[in-house]
Amino acid sequence: MNTTASGFRRTTLWLGLAGLLAFFIADISITTRDPGMELERISSGFISPDFFATEQIGSALGYTLSFAIQGVVLGFTCGFLLALLWRWRIVRAFSATIRAVHELFWGLLFLQVFGLSALTGLLAIAIPYSGIFAKVFGEFLEEADRAPALALTPRSDAFSVFLYARLPLVWQHMKTYGAYRLECAVRASAILGFIGLPTIGFHLETAFRQGDYSSGAALLYLFLGIILSIRWWFRPSLLPLWIAAALLWAPPRANYTEGALNRFFTEDIIPAPMRQHDWQWHQLTDWLSMLGQEQILPGLGNTLILGTAAMLLTGIIALVLFPLISSQFGNRFSRAGGHGLLVIFRTLPEFLLAFVFVLLLGPSMLPGILALALHTGAIVAHLSGRFTDSLTLRSDASGGLNRYAFEVLPRIYPNFLAFLLYRWEIIMRETAILGILGITTLGFYIDSAFSELRIDRAVVLIAAGVALNLLVDRISRSLRSHLRLRNALADQS
Amino acid sequence: MNKRFMAAMAVLCTAFSIAACSPSSEEKPVLIFSAIPDQDEARLMTRFNKVANYLSDTLDVEVRYVPVKSYSASVTAFRNNEIQLAWFGGLSGVQATQLVPGSYAIAQGVEDPQYVSYFIAHADTGLQPSEYFPEGIEGRSFTFGSKSSTSGRLMPEFFLREHYGKSPEEIFSRVGFSGDHSATIALVQSGAYEVGALSYQVWDRELAEGKVDPDKVRVIWTTPPYPDYHWVIRGDVEQKFGEGFADKVRQALLELDDRDVLDTFPREKFIPASNDDFLPILETARSLGLMD
Repeated sequence: MNTTASGFRRTTLWLGLAGLLAFFIADISITTRDPGMELERISSGFISPDFFATEQIGSALGYTLSFAIQGVVLGFTCGFLLALLWRWRIVRAFSATIRAVHELFWGLLFLQVFGLSALTGLLAIAIPYSGIFAKVFGEFLEEADRAPALALTPRSDAFSVFLYARLPLVWQHMKTYGAYRLECAVRASAILGFIGLPTIGFHLETAFRQGDYSSGAALLYLFLGIILSIRWWFRPSLLPLWIAAALLWAPPRANYTEGALNRFFTEDIIPAPMRQHDWQWHQLTDWLSMLGQEQILPGLGNTLILGTAAMLLTGIIALVLFPLISSQFGNRFSRAGGHGLLVIFRTLPEFLLAFVFVLLLGPSMLPGILALALHTGAIVAHLSGRFTDSLTLRSDASGGLNRYAFEVLPRIYPNFLAFLLYRWEIIMRETAILGILGITTLGFYIDSAFSELRIDRAVVLIAAGVALNLLVDRISRSLRSHLRLRNALADQS
Repeated sequence: MNKRFMAAMAVLCTAFSIAACSPSSEEKPVLIFSAIPDQDEARLMTRFNKVANYLSDTLDVEVRYVPVKSYSASVTAFRNNEIQLAWFGGLSGVQATQLVPGSYAIAQGVEDPQYVSYFIAHADTGLQPSEYFPEGIEGRSFTFGSKSSTSGRLMPEFFLREHYGKSPEEIFSRVGFSGDHSATIALVQSGAYEVGALSYQVWDRELAEGKVDPDKVRVIWTTPPYPDYHWVIRGDVEQKFGEGFADKVRQALLELDDRDVLDTFPREKFIPASNDDFLPILETARSLGLMD
């Protein structure tokens, strides 16, 4: 039978099979022998955080917030401008491309030209965020009601029509989404510390890598504190003040050396064989096929396997966890606990989760899969759980497991699936970070290329990553539109 | 609304203009240096500010230290003239001198011409300390340190290839990069990897500090010696700080005898060095395909 429900069942079946296949192929062996001592040190670190061990912690916090605020504001503005041109395919392709590259890799690229500077931090966030904002705003505008604009007299100029009849319909959504993105940007800004920018991630990564868990725990608590308190210190009316403070703390200037930009485009990113005067085409094709066979293919394969396995686990975790915060289940206290749990899991950087899991389980894909799935699972559980609050059940509806299986789940399943499919692309992108930890996704090879100072290879590898992301985006979008999930998603964001 | 908007705009404009014309420190040349982050990274600033103060007093110019996150970041900063002087490892040093024409090695630690790596193994493997290349490590899991580390990657990989005639991926069941010497110890100690390779200095320090459990992890082999860390300076510092400046820096380093400052590295003292001292490293890096 070809009913709506059967469509969902079939899609779920295929996604589940893909995930199982990925788990089957993936290397998920547990090789560790005795993690006891390390575990003990980690937990004693978390019990006795040392807030004074880190040098310049205040300045690190300042930079973390400055890059995030400047990046979101610039990204919001550019994304809005791109969204105005959303009907052009080239604009959509451009936005999709710039957001497919992870902030870390934008950062590493700008590092080559602008050095360790505030401008590098700002652009590394603003560029991918422009692409994300463009997509979201573009879809807001596309789906907004056109009736008010059509009701105006035909003589009205385009600008007025937009300002009075189009923009007001979506402005509130845009503001809400912008505020949500600020939280993501603080996280991204912290992560940029991993590549050397002076944000909190710089010290966080060092502390964990060096086994200095007391100061690591302190930094993590601070980081969680900032993220959780955003809604108190960040209000739209205070935005100009925050922007001013961010600009004063970290003026977006480059550490630019004469000729660095020129060198980057005419030397660094030119494939190595082409830099000789009398290069031949076959040298270039040899170079490309070496890169393809030794790095791109294994990297893409592992990224796809890890990402797909993580997607399945994300779905399972989200289905198990969402009742924790749903008003249809439990009581006030269980929900408060559930909220706390989900917030912690979705705020903890995947990198740290993966790092701890590697110590506990040994180096395989398992730590990466678990880290990504816990993080993303908490996000999907949060979104799905919140959605259940708007359901009205009959007063004699069954309770417990029956309520879960027969009342709530069927009603939110389309939304759950939409969130999951939407997150799939993001999971793929986030595997980049795991590469830096040594799990051989594409990110691993990109990180190697940068550490060997071979920017030409890095650029080719990043391009391969973009292609994979665009493909996944394509599949997820056609699945969503096949299941008519698009509107459901827009309602949520 | 309008008033608030105007006020907001005023604040923004002021911020922009201050941000745009805040004074840049161009008037007096500042010598900026860095060091690859190889150990005790939490206190980089405290440690290296001592070095900055010493150089500043001796050279009579302002000297500043900037921390970097990774070996490659220090080379990139050196290449971009963000730093003019750097304490590099063997591999990062030759990467830097290759990328920046006219830059050269000026000094190295007295220990550095004879640097070694340790191969360490988890006790459960049953591998015993050996004077010769350790038999029985093939087929196990193995971790290097940072991808650009000389003692944690380059030289261990060289000795492995020399002995087996194949790549680490072919020798071992699993090959990883812990990213750091300390992380290598933690990973082998927890048994996540069975065997690892790292700088002897980090091992000795962590053992002395009691961070290593000798019942769980032990040294099984000491590699033959090779040249490692050294100071590299950009050739164009002479234009900025005057004729003979590089020699003055070299002299300042060679004359350094303050224990407290030397412990930063940690080195007994510094001795002269030249680019040629590190040719073996350059050749090794090329033969492993890490450099073109």
